[in-house]
Amino acid sequence: MATLALPRRKSKDYQDDHVTTPKERVFNVIIFIILFLFAITMVFPLIYMVATSFMTKNQILSGSLTIIPDPILIGKYSQVLQKGQFISGILNTIKVEIPVLLIGGFTSSLAAFAFAKMDFRGKNALFLALLATIMIPFAVVMIPQYVLFTKLHWTNSLAPLIIPGCFGNVSMIFFLRQNLYSIPSDLMDAAKIDGCNYFGIYWKIFLPLMKGALGTQLMLWFMFIWNDYLAPTIFLRSEKQWTLQVVIRSFNSYYAIQSDYALIMAASVIAMLPTLLLFFMFQRMIIQSIAISGIK
Amino acid sequence: MAGNKVKVHRSAMAKREERWAWLFIAPPFIGFMLFMAYPIVFALIASTSKWTGINSLWGNIVGLQNYAKIFADAKFWKSMATTIIYMIGIPIGMILGMLIAMGLKRGIPGKRLLTTMYYVPVVSSLVAVSILWAWVFNYDYGLLNGIYKFLTGAHGPNWLGDEHMVKISLIIFMVWKGLGGTVILYLAGLQNIPRDYYEAAMIDGANGFDKFMNITLPLLSPVTFYVLITSLIGGFQVFVEVQVMTPSGGPNYSSATVVYYLYEKAFTNGQLGYGSAVAVILAIIIFIITAINFWGQDRWVKTID
Repeated sequence: MATLALPRRKSKDYQDDHVTTPKERVFNVIIFIILFLFAITMVFPLIYMVATSFMTKNQILSGSLTIIPDPILIGKYSQVLQKGQFISGILNTIKVEIPVLLIGGFTSSLAAFAFAKMDFRGKNALFLALLATIMIPFAVVMIPQYVLFTKLHWTNSLAPLIIPGCFGNVSMIFFLRQNLYSIPSDLMDAAKIDGCNYFGIYWKIFLPLMKGALGTQLMLWFMFIWNDYLAPTIFLRSEKQWTLQVVIRSFNSYYAIQSDYALIMAASVIAMLPTLLLFFMFQRMIIQSIAISGIK
Repeated sequence: MAGNKVKVHRSAMAKREERWAWLFIAPPFIGFMLFMAYPIVFALIASTSKWTGINSLWGNIVGLQNYAKIFADAKFWKSMATTIIYMIGIPIGMILGMLIAMGLKRGIPGKRLLTTMYYVPVVSSLVAVSILWAWVFNYDYGLLNGIYKFLTGAHGPNWLGDEHMVKISLIIFMVWKGLGGTVILYLAGLQNIPRDYYEAAMIDGANGFDKFMNITLPLLSPVTFYVLITSLIGGFQVFVEVQVMTPSGGPNYSSATVVYYLYEKAFTNGQLGYGSAVAVILAIIIFIITAINFWGQDRWVKTID
């Protein structure tokens, strides 16, 4: 299960088709050019986004095609960072991230440990039942959840975004369980004989061993929470609680009327930066994790 | 009988292990009961009530009236049709994704850099890139019409302001946003096909097209199936990009999706009972797709053995 036939690093070059004939080489050059041009097209809107954030209003509204800012204006970034609402949006998002990742990461890894390394009746059935819950779309439960959170008087705080996450994340349990299968169970038996209790075995032996996988999963979860918009927009009543995504969306409605697109783009660029940086730093792990989900 | 015996003889140690294990897996199950199971039951009951959140739920039970009203509402059908029209993007993304993955697999230089470039939109915030594309699609000053004018000298189309164009614009956006994920899944699928399959086919005198039809395509079917099902399920839940780019649901409600309709009824108009009924319909549709997934996997999906 754990070997999962992923693209293994060493055999990567071997797996790629080797070019032999000159004809094929020419063909490859053509393919490279096509793929490169297409990739440029894909990232171009994002480049344009950054460019716009440095432009003056006159240049943006000139109506002619310009891509390079002239003159380069960095004032919009400091303007955005001086807006109280923007800063409170970032802080609120962080206030959600920290408890969810700490507590949710703990409960998820503990459950994954139990599913992978412990024996109990109903193990497989319970795991499948849990896995099936991934299929339940948020749109289906958002109305009753909203009602529930209102009745609990949670909607004036960040609780609707924090508390459900603390109970764990099913896809994380799934991935960590897969990862734990690649760790020999002898360790478990040895620890049992030594009289270690089960929580001790999890905490002292298996948690350190799944650090890498846990880190990748927490990173993906961090990105999900950072980018989440629908839940915060429904559950957060007061503007004071708005998370970053809700804030930039309200900036968009507000400043588009004033045609201040540079400010909107600057705010959006800052909002995208953390997840993009994480992605660039941990690209290989993130991409591998996505690839596993497809191969199962 | 044998099972009973085993149970009787479970050692104290095994029992202890079991109790601890149940404790360890309890949080996700409690979370599920509180925030999924209970809400779903609640939604089923609320869907039969003319409930607004302010009046009494039980005092306004109207049976299936909400459902009848939904099915008689032209706006619902319009949003459903739009949701399905957006799904034209799914095969487009799959074909493009497969072609790009096959190109990348040929051992061309800069493979990693190119993969990253395709994947960047996937990890970008949906709200931020929706704001960006609303700007790209802007009728007067947007990038696309800037390019259009530069090339043709004429004013480009009203990307988000025209009833038909707005659908095309959103399809372009969705393909752009999701393509990188499809590329990575296909790339992983391609890496899994043993090279000797192609070598054997070459000895048999198969050309490139034969190899694609008889090896690549069938052996990629698990990925194709996975992408198709997850895209369909995701396709029925499209909302954020529509709300950000066309806050009022587009000209003449032309860009609104089913979830947009649901959101509008429940949270803008406060018809929580009615909205719940829409959610139940959505849940049934998604359940059917999931069921087809399980049923169809054995039939259409080929594996290496």
